[in-house]
Amino acid sequence: MSKTLFDKIYDSHVVNSTEGVDVLYIDQHFIHEVTSPQAFDGLARRGIDVFRPTKTLATPDHNVPTINQHLPIDEPLSRAQVEKLYANCQEYGVPIYKLGDDRHGIVHIVGPENGITKPGMTIVCGDSHTSTHGAFGSIAFGIGTSQVEQVLGTQCLIMNRPKTMRITVDGKLSKGVYSKDIILYIISKLTAAGGTGYFVEYAGSAIRGLSMEARMTICNMSIEMGARGGMIAPDETTYEYLKGRTFAPQGEEWDRAMSYWKTLHSDVGASFEREESFDAAEITPMVTYGTNPGMGIGVQDSIPSTNGVATVEKSLRYMDLQEGESLHGKEIQNVFIGSCTNGRIEDLRLVADYVKGKQKAPHVKVMVIPGSKQVERQAIDEGLDKIFATAGFQLREPGCSACLGMNEDKVPRGEYCISTSNRNFEGRQGPGARTILASPMMAAAAAIAGKVVDVRELL
Amino acid sequence: MEKFTTVTSTAVPLPIEEVDTDQIIPARFLKALTREGFGDNLFRDWRYDAQDQPITDFVLNNPTYSGSILVAGNNFGCGSSREHAAWAIGDYGFRVVVSSFFADIFKGNALNNGILPVQVTPDELVSIFAAIERDASTAFTIDLEQQTFVIEATGAEFSFEIGSYKKMCLINGYDDIDFLLSNRAKIEAFETTQVRF
Ligand code: SF4
Repeated sequence: MSKTLFDKIYDSHVVNSTEGVDVLYIDQHFIHEVTSPQAFDGLARRGIDVFRPTKTLATPDHNVPTINQHLPIDEPLSRAQVEKLYANCQEYGVPIYKLGDDRHGIVHIVGPENGITKPGMTIVCGDSHTSTHGAFGSIAFGIGTSQVEQVLGTQCLIMNRPKTMRITVDGKLSKGVYSKDIILYIISKLTAAGGTGYFVEYAGSAIRGLSMEARMTICNMSIEMGARGGMIAPDETTYEYLKGRTFAPQGEEWDRAMSYWKTLHSDVGASFEREESFDAAEITPMVTYGTNPGMGIGVQDSIPSTNGVATVEKSLRYMDLQEGESLHGKEIQNVFIGSCTNGRIEDLRLVADYVKGKQKAPHVKVMVIPGSKQVERQAIDEGLDKIFATAGFQLREPGCSACLGMNEDKVPRGEYCISTSNRNFEGRQGPGARTILASPMMAAAAAIAGKVVDVRELL
Repeated sequence: MEKFTTVTSTAVPLPIEEVDTDQIIPARFLKALTREGFGDNLFRDWRYDAQDQPITDFVLNNPTYSGSILVAGNNFGCGSSREHAAWAIGDYGFRVVVSSFFADIFKGNALNNGILPVQVTPDELVSIFAAIERDASTAFTIDLEQQTFVIEATGAEFSFEIGSYKKMCLINGYDDIDFLLSNRAKIEAFETTQVRF
């Protein structure tokens, strides 16, 4: 029988099906400081141990400062959470990449770059952007803290099988249009709730043509249309990326892995509960104008009518924008380049390539936050740090930073921030902050111009 | 986990759509190490202004409305997977959230904390909001066994869906980990059959 990629991986991980639910085995679990303390607490209360400690990897990322990481954390609550994570990992024997470790970084950057994330795996983390790892052809999704406790305690989760949807993007991308634009475009078409209940497979020539980094950006934002996760079948690009990474299989094991990985694709004739398709040529550089990631438009388009819908009106009031207005030329005060969506070396290179020899607009504050220590090191080795310094961009240390504003890196109330992250919710980047989501190239260009510009006019 | 059978209560209306988890509990309040106390910061930025003063026209600050049922607009709980959102709602005192649509992860998190998400149709949601607006003291009864939601004032009865496994857990006060632990031998046997790269 023809099977989807999702079904192949899912079926091979079902331990038991009973009472209308599946017990799903989890190959790799990631944890961080914010959503794990209560899970360890739960284990202690039940008097049980971590079942398979080496199948979990911890890294503190959500609330860590992005300067002076070699010093103790100033903010007492953040410090307490990070120290609790260290103590829990020590007590239960869970591997951890601590602050200062040269493998430290945002959990969804660390997994792939060390070759921990591989095709055919089931991967979970107490963070909704776990969908990032799906770019390797794995089933990866975010979970709540009670489920973190379940995975720690049993290496399994109770699941209701989700429905599957295939999103096909064929055709050629225009100059100045990147994977971030593809996913913002898809979400704007399907809406912020349009994917609820589905696990998405991305397919089509435009997706195949993307690098691993760019594929991760797409899968990362699957959750922003409500989908549980997103995945892309592995191919030569995937194998090329994995080869030689620390935890990638080697020698004969690599060959065995390859023969398994090559079976990981949706069979011809496999049926999906839903199919959507888009033409890559129609996608233009995207920006968001509202307070959910589904509220996106092409940079030259006008903000659509609210049609009197109270929620949309509220959203525009928050953003201080009007229907009919275009964001093209809108003055911005902040630029955030980073996050698990666009904090990889490829993103930083693209930005550096454009800003080389240029200067940021005087009124703009620009933060560049590498997704991991490795990304930071690579940026420095390639001299990107000097380019950023000359341009007036602040290159800081890795972490989630202003993606969610849990640490000091916040956008001031009422100011606009063009951001390469994934969420433009009210207050996401700080109370009263106004977020415009866009690609790294759009963010870099806005930093130089001091306002939202159309990168197609510059390239 | 507390057992859930029936709830009869007045309700608090929040007719806003796409209420995301950053609104339910902003990230800066996620630094606790326990599950308790999040109710104080439920809907923090809608409830208090920049000077931490209550915003009087927000529904949680309006003494007219109270009860253990929260009625909210479409796509409630979208956004992050933070279970703190469910903890905040439970800690504040809600046992039921009614909406015409729930985000997946939020729904699961709520159920894992003994909070029942009741999904009604958009028309039913409109009539529930209307009933509260007519009379804030109107009561609603949720019967989990029967899977019904009743507007006491009008007698209108709606049914709602819930998976049989989760229903069993809520009624008995079980949680998933109890169930998984009972599967431990099967899990160990499964592991021996696996080749993983
Ligand atoms: S970078 Fe942002 S989206 Fe990614 S894990 Fe951190 S907080 Fe979540």
